[in-house]
Amino acid sequence: MIVALAFLLSITILFLDITFSLPEKFSDYPLYLQFIPSLLKYLSLGTLAAAGFLVVIVFTLLFGRVYCSTACPLGVLQDIISFISKKIKKRKYVYKKPLTKTRYSILIVTILVFLSGSVITFNLLDPYSNFGRILSNIFQPIVVGINNTIAFFLESFNLYWIYPVEFRGIEIFSLLFSIGVFGIVGWMSYKHGRLYCNTICPVGTFLGFISKFSLFKIGITESNCISCGVCERVCKANCIDTDNSSIDFERCIACFNCFTSCSTEAIEYQFRYLPQKKDGPIVNISKRDFVIKSAVYFVGASAVLKAQKKIEVYKENEIPVIREYAVSPPGSVSINNFTDNCTACHLCVAACPTHVLQPSFLEYGLLGIMQPRMDYIKGFCNYDCVICSQVCPSGAILPIKQESKKLIQLGIAKFEKDNCIVYTQKTDCGACAEHCPTKAVRMVLDPEVNKNAPKIDEEICVGCGACEYACPTIPYKAIYVKSNPSHLTAKLPVQEELEQPDLEEDFPF
Amino acid sequence: MKRREFFIKSAVAGLGTAAYLKFGNNFDLFANTKTAPDNIYDLVAIKGGEADVMFNRAINSLGGMKRFVKPNQTVVVKPNIGWDVSPERAGNTNPKLVKQIVKECFDAGAKDVYVFDNTCDNWTKCYKNSGIENAVKEAKGKLVSGANESYYQEIAIPNGKRLKEAKVHELVLNSDVFINVPILKNHGGAKLTVAMKNLMGVVWDRGYWHRNDLHQCIADYATLRQPDLNVVDAYYVMKRNGPRGVSEADVVTMKSQLISTDMVAVDAAAAKLFGFDPNDIDHIVYANQMNVGTMDLTKLKIDRISL
Ligand code: SF4
Ligand code: SF4
Repeated sequence: MIVALAFLLSITILFLDITFSLPEKFSDYPLYLQFIPSLLKYLSLGTLAAAGFLVVIVFTLLFGRVYCSTACPLGVLQDIISFISKKIKKRKYVYKKPLTKTRYSILIVTILVFLSGSVITFNLLDPYSNFGRILSNIFQPIVVGINNTIAFFLESFNLYWIYPVEFRGIEIFSLLFSIGVFGIVGWMSYKHGRLYCNTICPVGTFLGFISKFSLFKIGITESNCISCGVCERVCKANCIDTDNSSIDFERCIACFNCFTSCSTEAIEYQFRYLPQKKDGPIVNISKRDFVIKSAVYFVGASAVLKAQKKIEVYKENEIPVIREYAVSPPGSVSINNFTDNCTACHLCVAACPTHVLQPSFLEYGLLGIMQPRMDYIKGFCNYDCVICSQVCPSGAILPIKQESKKLIQLGIAKFEKDNCIVYTQKTDCGACAEHCPTKAVRMVLDPEVNKNAPKIDEEICVGCGACEYACPTIPYKAIYVKSNPSHLTAKLPVQEELEQPDLEEDFPF
Repeated sequence: MKRREFFIKSAVAGLGTAAYLKFGNNFDLFANTKTAPDNIYDLVAIKGGEADVMFNRAINSLGGMKRFVKPNQTVVVKPNIGWDVSPERAGNTNPKLVKQIVKECFDAGAKDVYVFDNTCDNWTKCYKNSGIENAVKEAKGKLVSGANESYYQEIAIPNGKRLKEAKVHELVLNSDVFINVPILKNHGGAKLTVAMKNLMGVVWDRGYWHRNDLHQCIADYATLRQPDLNVVDAYYVMKRNGPRGVSEADVVTMKSQLISTDMVAVDAAAAKLFGFDPNDIDHIVYANQMNVGTMDLTKLKIDRISL
């Protein structure tokens, strides 16, 4: 139980660390054992350092589904809900028949869809990812709200101990989905304990299947049993049938409630000799040629943006800018690699300090629903930040070093002259060049308007989106990043030496 | 009614609803407190020393810090902390200088000294990597975030031509003394950034300025209220690729500093120091026309010091 709470708390803190005070590496520990992300990371990296899921399988082969009772944050969350439910209303569990067909159908569909090359089912059903989304989509905004209210209050007494955190809106689909899942999981656990785990969760079913072969299993020693039924009533997985003195170990989530409740020590781990060993499903993903249906979307004409800017005095620009593909985060290598591995747990979304990573809707196509994309309307990718690559547990964003990140070209900036203020208003602007970290955008004199106008050097552009984010035109941007579906390598900007001034000289005035 | 009072009065009720009030001419309360005695210089230009040493020497020529900060006053110091770069990259104001200014304010009897900027990059990183967070903490000043709209309150700019209103950080509105500490550097849009341009960091909606004739907006905002003191850091100067810069190769070492109460004068002098003709920088010309200050350096009493 302490282990379970430790996992839950550390994962929760990870997602709710709105002030970004945790070291990035912290995420490695609680997330190492998350089954599906770790499986995906292992498949794409092939290193044992990413093989948390193997550890889970080994544990399951030894003792059953301990993952479900300790490491799985959604599972522990359910326990908390049922705990509260029992406090409110004295509730007793009873043995229920397993819903084997439903369970296995879901598992089989999940696996089949995965083998056919899409992670969409993982995406929708993985308990860790769902937990992550519940935290980042529902709870994070609440925490931010509370934080900001307190900050606002203190600040009115001139106390600046805590500061308000910027909130850049939510992606409505992800929010609704998370609320839906939270509702279902909440209701099921409120009424029936771990029903979700034993009906819907594919990880639960899969581990249940493996636990059929586990070395030790929980069983009833009939000579000690007085058939009092206490154990059945405390079993939140509804898997103890005292009438028949049997335990459905496939559904047992190894919470050990029965151990502690049994007065006669009739329940214990029993050795089950089983020579035949089972391996995890090693799938060859390199051959998955999954076609992304890219959704075309407009750059700039977002409702959020419109809502923000109130004072307008000049006429809006007219050329709609169209981006064909979404921009995937640095370290994701390509859109394909990203969508193949991302389970949309939204940890990177929660961890990104500039809020550029946002849940997508259909920008990656139907199969990539909710997977994060770079949203250059909400933020830009900080030149030396690599946080998302360090927290991503599934290998969808591979770990990268700061120096190499500076050369990853996520996309290329494109200029739409007819939307640009220098041309539409004939006044100076330069917000894009101001923000560009490599000076791929610089202001160069254009004799046509006798003003400095943006010029792009595509070779050194890294596609960070700073220019697009800063560009103040509305409703469409005059500069935007066109995605590289496969990331490329940018050139380093070359810098000539400057002549140092002579300090002995007099002031020029 | 200031938001502070509003809060105290309405106690816990209505948390989260912003008091959306216009400030109008509250400024006059503090204006005109600084007409210089006759024997004091209008502008001090100094070179050749460390940033803090130069400041000490220069402020004496202007009559000492006590002329600007009275006992028990609250001071807000506004350096440039716009970018997530190290001090050597000259994207942000020299931390040594900021530290010295905060110290001197306290020595003059200040009650509180606040430091903030509305940064362009992620603010926590800017504060940290610029070295300013540390400098301010060492000098016991208070570092405040500028990264949330709730800090900003809308005020009218009666003399503005394009910029008629702006959302200004409450610290600037509520403090007794306002010290502007820009760094001199190249700028893609404004050509040069010095004192007047630095004030873009006290407002919220910068995009509006960019959209509506940047130079005019800079001059418009300058009509609102002159900072009590402008200290231009020209120790390291970014000669190109500004305002962010690409690497240290963009930077030259000038070891200079300019201080004055007149933003236009100090900007004109800074432009010359940089190697530009102030007449080529529209916002200096506009502000001069709008009587914010004077760009005619021949009319000023200038103290030129070489250490
Ligand atoms: S690398 Fe970019 S996208 Fe990733 S966390 Fe940092 S700023 Fe966000
Ligand atoms: S041009 Fe735009 S996208 Fe490219 S590096 Fe510069 S700011 Fe980033």
